[in-house]
Amino acid sequence: MSRLLIKGGRVIDPAVGLDDDLDVLIDEGTVQDVAKRIAARGAEVIDAAGLVVCPGFIDAHTHLREPGREDKETIATGTRAAAAGGYTAVCAMPNTDPVNDTAGVTRLILERAREAAAVRVYPIGAITRGSRGEELAEYGDLRDAGCVAVSDDGRPVASARVMRRALEYAQSFDLPVIDHCEEPSLFQGASMNEGPVSTLLGLRGAPSAAEAIAVERDVLLAELTRGRLHIAHISAAASVDAVRRGRARGVRVTAEVTPHHLLLTDEEVRRSEYDTSTKMNPPLRSEADRQAVLAGVRDGTIDCIATDHAPHTVDDKKVEFDQAAFGIVGLETAVGLCLDRLVAAGVIDLRRLVQVLSAGPAAALGLPGGCLDPGFPGDVTILDLRRKWRVDPDRFASKGRNTPFGGWTLTGAPAFTIVAGRVVWRAHPKAR
Amino acid sequence: MSGLYPHRHLLGIEPLEPSDIVAILDTAQALREVLDRPIKKVPALRGKTVVNLFYEASTRTRASFEIAEKVLSADSLSIATSTSSVQKGETLLDTARNLEAMNPDMIVIRHASAGAAHFLARHCRSAIVNAGDGAHEHPTQALLDAFTLRQKKGRLAGLRVAIIGDVMHSRVARSNVWLLTKMGADVILCAPPTLMPPGIERIAPVTNRIDEAVEGADAIMMLRIQQERMTGGYFPSTREYHARFGLTGERVRRAKKDVLILHPGPMNRGVEIASEVADGPYSVILDQVTNGVAVRMAVLYLLLGGGGEAAA
Repeated sequence: MSRLLIKGGRVIDPAVGLDDDLDVLIDEGTVQDVAKRIAARGAEVIDAAGLVVCPGFIDAHTHLREPGREDKETIATGTRAAAAGGYTAVCAMPNTDPVNDTAGVTRLILERAREAAAVRVYPIGAITRGSRGEELAEYGDLRDAGCVAVSDDGRPVASARVMRRALEYAQSFDLPVIDHCEEPSLFQGASMNEGPVSTLLGLRGAPSAAEAIAVERDVLLAELTRGRLHIAHISAAASVDAVRRGRARGVRVTAEVTPHHLLLTDEEVRRSEYDTSTKMNPPLRSEADRQAVLAGVRDGTIDCIATDHAPHTVDDKKVEFDQAAFGIVGLETAVGLCLDRLVAAGVIDLRRLVQVLSAGPAAALGLPGGCLDPGFPGDVTILDLRRKWRVDPDRFASKGRNTPFGGWTLTGAPAFTIVAGRVVWRAHPKAR
Repeated sequence: MSGLYPHRHLLGIEPLEPSDIVAILDTAQALREVLDRPIKKVPALRGKTVVNLFYEASTRTRASFEIAEKVLSADSLSIATSTSSVQKGETLLDTARNLEAMNPDMIVIRHASAGAAHFLARHCRSAIVNAGDGAHEHPTQALLDAFTLRQKKGRLAGLRVAIIGDVMHSRVARSNVWLLTKMGADVILCAPPTLMPPGIERIAPVTNRIDEAVEGADAIMMLRIQQERMTGGYFPSTREYHARFGLTGERVRRAKKDVLILHPGPMNRGVEIASEVADGPYSVILDQVTNGVAVRMAVLYLLLGGGGEAAA
């Protein structure tokens, strides 16, 4: 395998506290050296002068839809979207058809990934068979087949007893348990956040307490069992508070937040006059909730920014608001949105952003990568902080077009996506 | 669209200016007289086609729109879900596009989903009138209520109006709150806390006590308790609801002497309203129905820019 030398960029590697103008040499798919002026004869060279070189970004929460809903997304299109968005790896949620609740499905996903994927794919297995919330799936088999965590994503684990058993049993295989936290009896039939905006729009809302109750429960169960808990797409102020208090007691809990919960509130549903690209679960919350998740990212309570990339067909979205599918795509907008609206806006500093996109998810889910020290995988995301671009859903690599960010003009974008020392995506030269 | 009413659609009361509301009420006032003529027909909308697309059961609203359309000489047809291809699983968008291929000038839509009228307005060329979308708005109901209040009281500004009942699920309540507050009335909302939507107090004061709500009221609007709420755990029994939140003759006595009692129908007698009140001297419930036709004539006329003779 050839060698790749990334020259003259600003290397930010939060895992080891590095932020300096350095060269990075990748050999045989692995980081070999990070130093000033590396000489590497015969290596392919990327001139990264003026660019920011980071450990490859990892999306902890992606819906690739394959197998089963290839009309919405495939492993090929979803991972191309990831590469175009600056991600070198994605964690594939198990709510496929069939659900990824057996080693056979996991192996199928990984086989398809070997054939067609542009970036690394880390499958997540189901917590329970069929994600029905009843009997545990076979975690040992899932882990051996390649699953990195378990989750019934999209289907909250309603029974505290089942959640307890999952947190206990998963420890034998060192698998984190990822929960979509939601008390179902408080969510019933909701299509947005409950509050003044849902009242004015006449839409049924779910209170943020529906999430926070489940987060509190799960944190207590993680404390009871000493299991590893990861909270998916945290969105409510009270949920962040529950995680923060749990952490302070030494509970093994991590959390992720999406770019849309960091940037938008339920007012967006009203402003857009019922645009179904503002409908997702958890729903866009209030400004107080948004401020709380931002604070959680800043103070370390929230470990990662994850996209919850949820591609849907036009038919699933171009319907009445309360009939529309939940979810938006995010892989191709997340990095640009964060660079422009969080970093350039002065809300979160660049080093922290790089951390929550790389080392954060790697540590939360125990994944390889997230660091550029010699010996780590040669996965690198190179950013161009100056590039100005416009979000155009028609040009997405993803099959999904469902985004509330269409038409937004952003400054800052990925320039190169490098997996195991191989450039899998680069911005059009003219765009740089 | 006309100069008096500078909007393409009527999707809700919230986006309207007070001047728009006055324009509709004044036009309704002028058109009202046609309904008392021996020959109730004017050619104002001759050659215009209106489709009434009703995805929810409705007697009063649909009949009211149909009569208004006929009086104004529009060509109209009504489609109800039970007789359309909706039963075959056609989407709202496809249904609307197919109807639109027949080139109607207006679509009047009633739908269980909030935002359905906005959805049509975004995807269709026709003028859209919202005849009720989920728990969001029912603008022509609020307009006919306002017309009735103005007719009986001579004004809207300064009136104390109590809106009582299932505020949470009521599009009538939302449209009325917007309209009455825009026109300077003092609105108070009353419901058991389980049926009061969060944050509504940002646009109107609220109370859980009906006696407080009706105290000194110029008008009382009762809201229907829908059948599914009676079994949905929002309150323990219809008996207790009537006892604590129902409008009885005794409670009416706390209001002003010339109080008006309104109800958008259909009523649940003995639940939200006692028959003695519904049929009593203060009730203007049937005036509301008559005025509904005039108000819908005004909306059709203003949106379709009717020429010719509007009213003598």
